[in-house]
Amino acid sequence: MEKKIRVILAKPGLDGHDRGLKVIAAAMRDAGFEVIYLGLRQTPEMVVEAAIQEDADAIGLSILSGAHMTLFPRTMQLLKEKSAEHILLFGGGIIPKEDMQKLEEFGVGKLFGPGTPTSEIIEYVRQAVPGRRKEEAIF
Amino acid sequence: MFEKEFLKKVEQERKRWEEEYKKLNSKCQNTKFTTISGQPINDLYTPSDLQEVDYFKDLNFPGEFPYTRGIRHSMYRGRLWTMRQFSGFGTPRQTNQRYKFLLKHGQTGLSVAYDLPTLMGHDSDDPWSEGEVGICGVAVDSLRDMEILFDGIDLGNITTSMTINGPAPILLAMYIATGEKKKVPVGKLAGTCQTDILKEYIAQKEWIFPPQPSMRLIVDMMKFCTRQMPKYNYVSISGYHIREAGSTAVQELAFTLADGFAYVEAGIKAGLNVDDFVPRLSFFFNSHLDFFEEIAKYRAARRIWARHMRERYKAKKQESWLMRFHTQTAGVSLTAQQPENNIVRTAYEALAAVLGGTQSLHTNSMDETWALPTEKAVKIALRTQQIIAYETGVTNTIDPLGGSYFIEALTSKMEEEAEKYFAEIQRRGGVLKCIEEGFFQKEIAQAAFEYQQALERKEKFHVGVNEFVEEDEKVDIPILKIDESVAMEQAESIRKVKQSRDNDKVKRCLDGLKKAAAGTENTMPHLIECVKAYATEGEIVSALKEIYGDYREPAWF
Repeated sequence: MEKKIRVILAKPGLDGHDRGLKVIAAAMRDAGFEVIYLGLRQTPEMVVEAAIQEDADAIGLSILSGAHMTLFPRTMQLLKEKSAEHILLFGGGIIPKEDMQKLEEFGVGKLFGPGTPTSEIIEYVRQAVPGRRKEEAIF
Repeated sequence: MFEKEFLKKVEQERKRWEEEYKKLNSKCQNTKFTTISGQPINDLYTPSDLQEVDYFKDLNFPGEFPYTRGIRHSMYRGRLWTMRQFSGFGTPRQTNQRYKFLLKHGQTGLSVAYDLPTLMGHDSDDPWSEGEVGICGVAVDSLRDMEILFDGIDLGNITTSMTINGPAPILLAMYIATGEKKKVPVGKLAGTCQTDILKEYIAQKEWIFPPQPSMRLIVDMMKFCTRQMPKYNYVSISGYHIREAGSTAVQELAFTLADGFAYVEAGIKAGLNVDDFVPRLSFFFNSHLDFFEEIAKYRAARRIWARHMRERYKAKKQESWLMRFHTQTAGVSLTAQQPENNIVRTAYEALAAVLGGTQSLHTNSMDETWALPTEKAVKIALRTQQIIAYETGVTNTIDPLGGSYFIEALTSKMEEEAEKYFAEIQRRGGVLKCIEEGFFQKEIAQAAFEYQQALERKEKFHVGVNEFVEEDEKVDIPILKIDESVAMEQAESIRKVKQSRDNDKVKRCLDGLKKAAAGTENTMPHLIECVKAYATEGEIVSALKEIYGDYREPAWF
């Protein structure tokens, strides 16, 4: 049986604008994902810890405050340190195209700007996750 | 409003007209015509739609109960709305320059946008502030920064609005202390502090402490300002953020007014006389894309507030009945795609606010989906207001849409729908209970989700986003960039302040504040002492957190 895709959704830092994240959470839930909604005022440490604990396939971060060049790299760094790079890090918010490129070079997955249909985000996660799953231990 | 015989004839003729047009156009039959909020709209409104409307009871004259047609006898013929652009970025010095630019170009009131660390009670050198200093607004860490922010500005001669909520009393204390340094007595200071913590839990999410202590701090401000600051609006009860979070227009109207009633009840519970503190409650609404729905919303808001104040809360003074509000055009309606189109959206939204009788207005800049506004973009936004005021002629007469069959029908409908929400909120135990249980938050999340689905099904449109899309669009507008040096400058400034102040005095003041916060003494005088001793915002917030704790919301979506 196909395992449900487990996604952590969070807003790191001080930004409280969670309309978009909530809409994505509802859309992903309706699309059959397992959504673990952490919400506001998360640190990259809290997010990565939760992702590992919850055996998540992906982390989606929403950042509209302009702090993305601090928060995405730190989250990426933590995933590396904890050998959890199989977890897809993606996200969105108000992120200039040049910064999206820089972050993608850093290993961050796709970033989505304002106006992106939820179907596009869901489709992306759906196809990007399977290739990354850790092999299940077979006894 | 009309004679029975006349209405009978109108209804007959309407039926005849409908029969004729059904034959001619079947496309109309299959399309749902709704406002952006999903409110169904008829093909036509006639005198028959105003059967229940009584001119004297429901509309009356401008400046007279229930103020549907406007709160002043002369409205814009006597005085235009205040042109008040929400503004702030980088260091206080940079923002001070932007304020002078805006005043030079004809803005008539100031409005301070603080950065996220300041909004959330963190100093610029706090770990939580990393990457966030000066990015979304101006960084203010101590009274020193406030002094620089208003350098060369006569606080005795201009009104300033401050968008600050969790730490509102602290920033108000700084404003008072700054005024004092400029020899402007506290009683002469005029302006607004947003302060509205209830909508933070509901929508904007910029709270610091839990709801009960937050309300206590607001009641302290209410008592202090009622006694000492007769020209100061100490709360701006807001719907703007509720709407931006995705609510419908009716939810914006109902939840905002419900919050207003909650503040009124808090003041009464604290032993204050309604007519003493209500006149300085003010409001703040969104102006969204659906032109007529917004106009009807503002008119309904005034009527609802007047009625509840007089009938339910037994207020006796006119100033307690009439609702004064500021409006901001809808940020959420703007697009990152083809940003020049945002100039047009903002213009229509601004016009709706004026036709709705706003007292004060902020118009968004076209580049705000990308960054804080450049000088050029904000100047266009300001000119948008000036063109409405000086060229379009809409200010020649008061409430020009009064009597419109459509507008009056929609105004009445919105009042009716809002009353349903008030009953529901009451049934569930009141505003604070509803916040605890997530009633508002879930309604808003649901409305936001439904709107997104409507866009993705192309039942609703957003030009440049889901229709008239330019595939390989190159957005080519200048974007304001905040320099990394801002954080370092602010950290250095904090270091200097801490070095040159009397640190023993700071400790004494913070101890005094904690004692008052833990007891029943009004915290405002203590806050003023703390800021005058150059305690930083972060230090003051930490002291209050020791007494009040912090707050995490459950995750609803």
